[in-house]
Amino acid sequence: MRIVIIGNGVAGITTARYIRKMSDHEILVISSESDHFFSRTALMYIYMGHMKYEHTKPYEDWFWAKNRIDLKNAFVDKIDFQNKTLFTANQEQISYDKLVIATGSKPNKFGWPGQNLLGVQGLYSKQDVELMEENTKGIKEAVIVGGGLIGIEMAEMLNSRNIKVNFLIREKEYWSNILPKEEAILVGKHIAEHHINLINETELQEIISDDNGRVKSIITKAGKEIPCQFVGLTAGVSPNIDFLKNTDLNTDKGVLVTEYLETNMPDVYALGDCAQFANPKENHPAVEQLWYTAKMQGKALAQTICGKQTIYNRGIWFNSAKFLDIEYQTYGMMLKSPFEDEDSFYWEHQNGKICVRANFSKAEGALRGFNFFGIRFRQTIADEWIRNQKPISYCISNLNKGFFDPEFSKNHHQDIVKSFNIQFNNHQAKAPKKKFLVW
Amino acid sequence: MVTAKNIHHTMKTIQKIGLAIFILCLGVFISLLGIGHYQLSDKIFKETITDANHQQLLKPAVSFMIDKDYDSKIAFIADFKKAFNSVNDEFKKNQQWDKVIYADYTQPIVKHSTIGFVKENSLILFFICFVVSSLGGLMYMIPALFIEPVAGIKHNDIFKTAITSRGIIAILFSIGLISFYIFLYKAPEYITNWILLVDDLSFAISGSEASQWFLYGFLYCLVMTVMSARMYIKYRHNNYQLVRTTSVLFFQIAFAFLIPNILSKLNLPSMDFKNMWPLDYTFFFDYRIDGLISKGLLGYWMLGWGIFLFVVGVPVMVYFFGKRWYCSWVCGCGGLAETLGDPFRQLSDKSLKAWKYERVIVHSVLVFAVVMTAAVLYTYFTGNSKLLGIDTGSIREQYGFFIGFIFAGAIGTGFYPIMGSRVWCRFGCPLAAYLGIMQRFKSRFRITTNGAQCISCGNCSTYCEMGIDVRAYAQKGENIIRSSCVGCGVCAAVCPRGVLKLENLAEEGRFEAYLRPEEK
Repeated sequence: MRIVIIGNGVAGITTARYIRKMSDHEILVISSESDHFFSRTALMYIYMGHMKYEHTKPYEDWFWAKNRIDLKNAFVDKIDFQNKTLFTANQEQISYDKLVIATGSKPNKFGWPGQNLLGVQGLYSKQDVELMEENTKGIKEAVIVGGGLIGIEMAEMLNSRNIKVNFLIREKEYWSNILPKEEAILVGKHIAEHHINLINETELQEIISDDNGRVKSIITKAGKEIPCQFVGLTAGVSPNIDFLKNTDLNTDKGVLVTEYLETNMPDVYALGDCAQFANPKENHPAVEQLWYTAKMQGKALAQTICGKQTIYNRGIWFNSAKFLDIEYQTYGMMLKSPFEDEDSFYWEHQNGKICVRANFSKAEGALRGFNFFGIRFRQTIADEWIRNQKPISYCISNLNKGFFDPEFSKNHHQDIVKSFNIQFNNHQAKAPKKKFLVW
Repeated sequence: MVTAKNIHHTMKTIQKIGLAIFILCLGVFISLLGIGHYQLSDKIFKETITDANHQQLLKPAVSFMIDKDYDSKIAFIADFKKAFNSVNDEFKKNQQWDKVIYADYTQPIVKHSTIGFVKENSLILFFICFVVSSLGGLMYMIPALFIEPVAGIKHNDIFKTAITSRGIIAILFSIGLISFYIFLYKAPEYITNWILLVDDLSFAISGSEASQWFLYGFLYCLVMTVMSARMYIKYRHNNYQLVRTTSVLFFQIAFAFLIPNILSKLNLPSMDFKNMWPLDYTFFFDYRIDGLISKGLLGYWMLGWGIFLFVVGVPVMVYFFGKRWYCSWVCGCGGLAETLGDPFRQLSDKSLKAWKYERVIVHSVLVFAVVMTAAVLYTYFTGNSKLLGIDTGSIREQYGFFIGFIFAGAIGTGFYPIMGSRVWCRFGCPLAAYLGIMQRFKSRFRITTNGAQCISCGNCSTYCEMGIDVRAYAQKGENIIRSSCVGCGVCAAVCPRGVLKLENLAEEGRFEAYLRPEEK
């Protein structure tokens, strides 16, 4: 059986790897972005000079031939689902028995005037980073539009080259459509500390061109003009499925899939950024644009393709990010405000860079989730506590069991417990006594 | 108004001035090698060649040099070597092996015969070459506190800067380091002007004049101290790095440099109490055993301590803390790698091929070290100089040349800017191989991977100085347990998602990969 995978990002490659682990099927991965799988999450480090492209490849180049995963650098622009055939941009035909669509995302552009000018771009692909390298050579000022995770990455990238960054966000605080207010303010202060100019409640009206078709400034909806030689469009990404529109494949924002990642066409599957769950679980997004979910989906899909029908199960939600120098880990379903039946405990260190949030049910005090900023925490512990609905007092008392910061790091457990007991005197927590010389 | 931009600009200027000062001082230091006059007087001859017998043998041959003024060091050395060799050649020709002079007098003769500028100005030159240059280095490093005022991992432009990405400056630096080691080991008579600078210091600490090894020890400590300042600034947010850097610096200055020299001054047997066989490959050589034994009880105790260290110390400490207790907390080679070598750690090769070479080479060196030592001890106890028809002295000599000098010195440090900071530790150190076997099979140490949090970005692998592909394990949810890991903690420090943690836990389950409960 020949399995063809379009897209060599983490979704497509994870699928390919697990199919190979479980079977001897012929596997072909097609991508027009790069010859080999690389880590998209590391693109920013190439720009900043922390790494070279070579370092972002999780597997050495010989890996693919050795594991009989064929790679092809080509752009698929048409699919004949009836005859199970792909057509590449240079008219090559490729037939498949099973097809996996893992084409990822593309940056959102909302039809702003001037959005296609020179020096205006999004950040998603390897080509985008190469373009950004060109676009930012010798420039002094930049504007970033949209305050999500890619926006802050781009701000950090530009900041590393001493380019003045004006960071336009629609909300009052950075990423406050996702983060609770306290956390959003904490990150906002850190952004200011890096001399990145966060401009809140501001939207882009228009991008202005100079005589050479290159950006020279932007105008906000409030009519303010900000001079800049570069505009980063980072208002989210959307599924990269233009070539599938107007085909027999059911699509909406993304390719519509079941919980088995099956599409409406037989033997055609989709996963990762480009897939959209037709019936998402309550409180779960229909399109999951995460590294972690792509990996899990790939693993589940590989089993289904190899004959063992497997539901994709996200399990206890988790995610992570890094905002400049502050690391962020979240476990459980933590939205910008707790659910109605939940209480929320928040502790922040006086330095304003470290905080913990724990949400728990009002009725039983069962732990629902954690947010950690500037503290590393063990996933195994968080997962187990949330899964088993451990009482919040137990969790706060035993928080030190989950701390994952490097040895000799300062431990804030006592402070956190004290703060918890003041905020919630109906659930008393106890911190273990400090031991001398605990390694 | 003081703005961030102004501060940035000022600090960059201070950095440039610091760098200029450093380079100037380095220029002075190097140019010292080419200056000076040399005159061998009868007095110096007698003071240097203390062995009366040798004096008598050499006197006629060198008499033509006495009181002759040389303005070229090369000519002076050439004449002395010619004279010296003519005496030995005569003995060899006549097969009078017992009369051949094996002592090498060239370096002290050259040093003692030096007259003029360097000798007269050694104090001011010491100040310029070591104090001012260090200050220049600090002026280059400390502004980082203001250029990057927020603590965190700042690896910006590492792969775009020539010195840290195998550019032309890196290659020149490498050549410089290799040349230094060649002079140090094989031609110290050419660097006597440098040794002269630290003579006063040597008298103060050890009670005797400086040799090239005193100079080396002093430079080693100085370089580590200055580069530790860089580590303290770079990792000011990471206590593990701060404590570890302090430890490794302390052991170098106190244990490797001060204590052995002070012991010499007190006329006690000298020893680096943290160095151990088989890294310290001369530990069981006849002259060292005899040297210790001849000093009585203390000497016996030292011999016992040296054996205790590798017989009991290694397994026990590695069991509880992993190999890191030695390699990145105590060891001198490790100390230099973690300070001077830190800017080059990203240059180590992470390929599977490199790992294959590593395993073969490092374990071969361990076997070589064991065989060599066994042969040497065989001769020591039996008095028989041949083992299975091979001269044990020559095995020992080969080891000293290829492993001690070429591998540990010239390649080990000289290749920092080309192959990263741990070339020796990774491919060559027999002690690292021994510690590594323990760590792999019987230890509580591991680098724990935090569940499924890895995003495969590759920072950990890139900045692993031992060339471990850390990501390969982390992205599978496996703990990292590799014999070569020296526990420097940098993978955990550079991880942007808090995925890695060095820790000593129970042995059970350390090889088990994380599986989400849904996937079990």
